[in-house]
Amino acid sequence: MKNVWLISRRELAAYLRTMSGYIIIAVMLFIDGLLFNAFAVPGTAKKSSEILGDFFTLTSGITMVGSVFLSMRLIAEERQTGTIALLYSSPVHDLEIVLGKFFASFLFLCVFFASTLYMPALILAYGKVSFGHIFAGYFGLMLVGATGLAIGTFGSALSRSQVVAAVLSGVMVLALTTAWLLGKVTDRPFTEIINGLAWWGHFEAFRIGVIHLKHVSYFGLVTFIALFAATRVLEARRWR
Amino acid sequence: MIQVEGLTKYYGERAAIRDLSFTIEKGEVIGFLGLNGAGKSTTLKVLGCVLLPTSGRVTIDGYDVTKDPHEIRKLIGFLPDTPPLYDEMTISGYLEFVAQLRGVTAANLPARVADAMKKTSLTERKDDVISSLSHGFRQRVGLAQALVHNPKLLILDEPTGGLDPVQIVEMRELIRQLKGEHTVLVSSHILAEISQICDRYLVIQQGEIIARGDEAQLASHFGNASAVEFEVQGNVQFAVDLLRNQEGVSEVTISKLDGNVGSLRATVAGERRIELVKALVDANIGVLRVDKAAARLENIFLKLTHGKDATP
Repeated sequence: MKNVWLISRRELAAYLRTMSGYIIIAVMLFIDGLLFNAFAVPGTAKKSSEILGDFFTLTSGITMVGSVFLSMRLIAEERQTGTIALLYSSPVHDLEIVLGKFFASFLFLCVFFASTLYMPALILAYGKVSFGHIFAGYFGLMLVGATGLAIGTFGSALSRSQVVAAVLSGVMVLALTTAWLLGKVTDRPFTEIINGLAWWGHFEAFRIGVIHLKHVSYFGLVTFIALFAATRVLEARRWR
Repeated sequence: MIQVEGLTKYYGERAAIRDLSFTIEKGEVIGFLGLNGAGKSTTLKVLGCVLLPTSGRVTIDGYDVTKDPHEIRKLIGFLPDTPPLYDEMTISGYLEFVAQLRGVTAANLPARVADAMKKTSLTERKDDVISSLSHGFRQRVGLAQALVHNPKLLILDEPTGGLDPVQIVEMRELIRQLKGEHTVLVSSHILAEISQICDRYLVIQQGEIIARGDEAQLASHFGNASAVEFEVQGNVQFAVDLLRNQEGVSEVTISKLDGNVGSLRATVAGERRIELVKALVDANIGVLRVDKAAARLENIFLKLTHGKDATP
């Protein structure tokens, strides 16, 4: 764990010392605020909890897309600049490299989550929502973020180009987002299986303030598989 | 310290190195020589546990690179051909990070970082951000990261690459100071840069070792023939003909001619400079300079890598 923390701390410092991370988060916040104003707030017949639910829906989509951009540099940049040789030649396991990078990006993503708190705070101030609903929604957002970042880390391990890494991760996220379209043209039991792959279907419960173990497990499983795959890619590169 | 047997590494269908075998003793400074693409970096990356071999056996201090890479990584300091630097960090911050990554304890950390910076003359620049450093300083930081944890084995891939002549001398002096404290593997494609710091050389061409040994042993690959350079004044063509007729002289060429002053290069078997100068002087040819040039490693290297007909 010491190495994970070391790598994570350095990576987080890199996010904080360079502009790219701030720019991505600023863009995410701008779009989130814009969409919140345009789609979540308008309408007189809405309950506060519905507005909050809409806010979580919008923010989850932005989180998933933003995660891809935040994580595209994680391993691709190390390969591009040659610093991967430092990690490869140090007594550090490949899993520690992947986890260190992942946790750093997750912590940085939490800056985004913290910066969005003003929107639920506004709803709380002018309406009536429970803290439990807010907590469940943010917990769901964190799971979505972790999934997106894990997929992004995997994509970043596949290529030395950050752009290619972002495209690969984007395709994977898009596949998980639009899985229900394929579910429409398949028969049972494949319909349930394919529908079950779509991440936003699992976020529905969180947006209305419900934490269900099966949905937590889904995000946990996808995150685990993506990080495991990223680790295997790093290991395989030593043989190439 | 290092035993390599039948080391082979393929990149796809292409063999970067083939069936390399060599042994390196503790405390030696070994020069890996070869042209670009010869397989030097691949060999060093395998020894540095950055890459795994396709076949063959490599042990470092008794540990096998495929079975115990983690143990080996604790013993080595690796400087790749491009220094692995994080541009946004300061020199001291970067070295602290690397030292911790390589297992230096919190108690030893300040001393180890200070020592590495002192050895590489970076102490006064310790708070500089790496992105602001010149190429020479980046190489120094690269070397500092390789030795910050005081490793038994230092692997330096082209540490003098891209440096200016003054920086090359400084880097060479740095490596010379490490001799004795560490076993050092240093690669280069320019012989002059490492010719004075290595105990032995391994010459690699197209993934295979084509020669090994110290400077004298490499020279012996080409018999005792060596080149002697003369700067003569007088009838230069007569001097050439005269030298050609001397015993042990196989070839004489004019490398430079300026009026009645000419630079000649003669291929001579054995040590015959005294006799040759006497013959020239007896023939009323002024001898301005005599220099034995052939045993220079540069020439040997050229001959090894380009064939015996190569001329420096």
